[in-house]
Amino acid sequence: MRFRVIQKILGLLLAIFSLTLLPPLVIAVLSGDGTAGAFCFAIAVILSSGLSLWLPVRKSAGELKLRDGFLVVVLFWLVLGIFGAMPFLLADNPHMKLADAVFESISGLTTTGATVIVGIDALPRSILFYRQLLQWLGGMGIIVLAVAVLPMLGVGGMQLYRAETPGPMKDSKLTPRITETAKMLWYIYVSLTGLCALSYYAAGMSLFDAVGHSFSTVAIGGFSTHDASIGYFDSVSVEIVAVIFMFLSGVNFSLHFLAWRHRTFMPYRDDAEFRTYAALLGGVFLVCALGLAVSRSSVALPEALRMSLFHTISIGTTTGFSTGDFQSWPLFLPLLLLFLSFVGGCAGSTGGGMKVVRFLLLYRQGMREIKRLIHPNAIISIRVGGRAVADRVVEAVWGFFATYVAVFVVLLLGLIATGLDQVSAFSAVAACLNNLGPGLGAVSYHYGDISDGAKYLLCLAMLLGRLEIFTLLVLLTPSFWRS
Amino acid sequence: MKIIILGAGQVGSSVAANLCSEANDITVVDQSATHLQQLQDRLDLRTVLGHASHPEVLARAGAKDADMILAVTNSDETNMIACQVAFTMFRTPTKIARIRQNQYQVHPELFSPDALPVDVLISPEQEVTDYTKRLIEFPGALQVLDFAGGKVQLVAARAFYGGPLVGHRLRELPQQLPGIDTRVTAIFRRHEVILPSGDTVIEAGDDVLFIAAPKHIRAVMSEFRKLDGPNRKVIIAGGGNIGKRLAMALENTCHIKIIENNETRARAVAEDLQHAYVLLGDAADEDLLREENIEGTDVFCALTNADEANIISSMLAKRLGAKTVMALINRAAYVDLVQRDIIDIAISPQQATIGSLLAHIRRGDVVKVHSLRRGAAEAIEAIAHGDRNSSQVVGRTIDDIPLPPGTTIGAVVRGKDVIVAHHDTVIEPEDHVILVVTNKKHVNEVERLFQVNVTFI
Repeated sequence: MRFRVIQKILGLLLAIFSLTLLPPLVIAVLSGDGTAGAFCFAIAVILSSGLSLWLPVRKSAGELKLRDGFLVVVLFWLVLGIFGAMPFLLADNPHMKLADAVFESISGLTTTGATVIVGIDALPRSILFYRQLLQWLGGMGIIVLAVAVLPMLGVGGMQLYRAETPGPMKDSKLTPRITETAKMLWYIYVSLTGLCALSYYAAGMSLFDAVGHSFSTVAIGGFSTHDASIGYFDSVSVEIVAVIFMFLSGVNFSLHFLAWRHRTFMPYRDDAEFRTYAALLGGVFLVCALGLAVSRSSVALPEALRMSLFHTISIGTTTGFSTGDFQSWPLFLPLLLLFLSFVGGCAGSTGGGMKVVRFLLLYRQGMREIKRLIHPNAIISIRVGGRAVADRVVEAVWGFFATYVAVFVVLLLGLIATGLDQVSAFSAVAACLNNLGPGLGAVSYHYGDISDGAKYLLCLAMLLGRLEIFTLLVLLTPSFWRS
Repeated sequence: MKIIILGAGQVGSSVAANLCSEANDITVVDQSATHLQQLQDRLDLRTVLGHASHPEVLARAGAKDADMILAVTNSDETNMIACQVAFTMFRTPTKIARIRQNQYQVHPELFSPDALPVDVLISPEQEVTDYTKRLIEFPGALQVLDFAGGKVQLVAARAFYGGPLVGHRLRELPQQLPGIDTRVTAIFRRHEVILPSGDTVIEAGDDVLFIAAPKHIRAVMSEFRKLDGPNRKVIIAGGGNIGKRLAMALENTCHIKIIENNETRARAVAEDLQHAYVLLGDAADEDLLREENIEGTDVFCALTNADEANIISSMLAKRLGAKTVMALINRAAYVDLVQRDIIDIAISPQQATIGSLLAHIRRGDVVKVHSLRRGAAEAIEAIAHGDRNSSQVVGRTIDDIPLPPGTTIGAVVRGKDVIVAHHDTVIEPEDHVILVVTNKKHVNEVERLFQVNVTFI
């Protein structure tokens, strides 16, 4: 463990994070909503703690090792989650206690989108913008941003990137050099966000809402500047824009990169994960539409289509926007959507969940076992997109799946122990672990009414989900700390 | 630069490590996922799994916009076909291939755009053989590097008590050696580098790097140490490619014995050699070495493909009385362990090979690059172009050239003449300038120095 280098990077990252509070501060000053003081104080505290970490060890050099990368990433997300709560704590409106503020901040950064605030419409604009910004920073990953802008990280950048990036194949890079890769990812991310904001604006949102919602859409977050979420606008065009950009953001960004570089849609067509992703969302959409139309005669077919399309995409990509209460849909539909969020987005996207490619691999693995029963001597390799996948990757996916389920069960039991009912606890853990946001039962609209202990547990769930479990769990093993 | 390296073996990975640190975009292709994973963990590069000469694999590696392709897999044929594919399908500008077989090397007409489009052939075995041969030809030298086609050489030698100049200022060198032009370009004292001036005092134990014409090398070296007689009796351990080539190159001037433990190989080597003796046996066999008069041997050279065997047999030979022992060592960590104290000279194949590659990667008109001190420093031969207005070098005295820190100019080759650099030497257009850069991070600045400023043309 190279604690000095870790401390140096951590300090530097914190100092840089403090700069991201400047835009909300500007908004606070411009709109005079009385939160300028809170933001100033938060910047001062974060910047000075970052510098006081960095300055004493700024000269220490050395490469980050694989293990150091895990520690830096986990520490950074933890520290950021806590420091990011400062504006919520300090501002007069909303007046939040510690557990709530931390929950809100981590929910933002991990792009979960679960909120404890009731009366979002009444919040000052700076705080609203800050919540959206948190999601946007967490979406592509603030570490990836740091790798793009800090050339000093070098190979160490790869160790960090690996610990933060989602998906089973963590070594895939768009370009040979990690800084370039990180820059490309952010170019794509920023362009998508820009396009999304313009489209929202064209669809009739105010500039503030358009920018704010573009942040949480492209980050697959789910925070909104209104209590009623996207439903506030009650506009088909806004919903279509949201659906398109949620769908695009749930796609592996390296496909966007390839498509953009070669000016062709071929990469999408040829990618097995993308096809599965599209087919899965399409299938669930049809089931929802059918279910709604059949069971609720009061709902007209176009209305059923509209509602089911929006919610399938929103829940399926783990965004968590809403236009009405899908929680009260009939039959198995709410639960189906919740289960869909376990699949989540594609690897290398901003989406949460277990990632489509893992499910694809699990499915292929299952099919292989069936084939083996028929042809006991056959050697069957698992293929994705025509290319055989190394057994090592398949093993890792199984390990991930098993751990995910185990973590889920432990958190579920913990939550029930805090006094939550079964449906609420189940959906809350699912919504947080998958970085989805809204749950069912008591946590359908907000998480404000659950106990503090439950909130901290869910914070853990959100971090576990965002860092894909292993990055965090590895720190809890004794052999990690043994030198 | 965007570079694709085919083959993640010894050469491939050490080249990748060398080039990665210089802000190049490197993609490595190999068929072994383990090799690639190791590289990926250590270096900032991209890896592609697959057969190096398959068009689809090359396309995935980004051959479309690559500036250079470096084919160093262990198969000559794969390397050649990969270059052909890169040329035909992707129009890659520079194609370098490792060709080991002499059979191919002796027909340069094979390698032209209308036959096999390989721009540069490299043969690590040949490089290592030449490198070792020069070391044997100059007893006492630690490193001998050719520039300008052998017109001038850069030599590293250790200073010992008994050398007339040891303990004296460098200023006295010309008086000691009237009529001989030489320049000390750098002194490595323990772990620091000293840029010599007239007042620098040579200490025993210093590694002195000097430049001179080949015929003067022995005379200059005699200033730093008591001179050994020429090397006559050489034992080579290992009859592989390098061992055999070295024996063939030296067998007319020295008494060569090769020890090879594989009977078939030993027979094959014996058939190809005229004068040398091939001994069947283990190079680390004490009795065999004694029997072959190890104590009267000038040079014991361990050139098998196993680092450990080379180190052990050299240590044994040294203990038994061989005057100088050399060992071929691939792993950099081993070199640190044994050089200086245990083994006289560690020959690093990477260091011998990388230079010929670096020359193609450097910007500006760089003809030759030799890597020094295991890559930490470089000796560069660059051609000065342009005139006083368009170049920062031409028309200026050496004192006036804005050299980056830690850099010295050793010599200038003008046509057929070798001019050893003095502070008032003026550089003319088309001069070959030989520089020593003691800190690799300044190599970029040196490259820029030799680029002609386009706006002035």
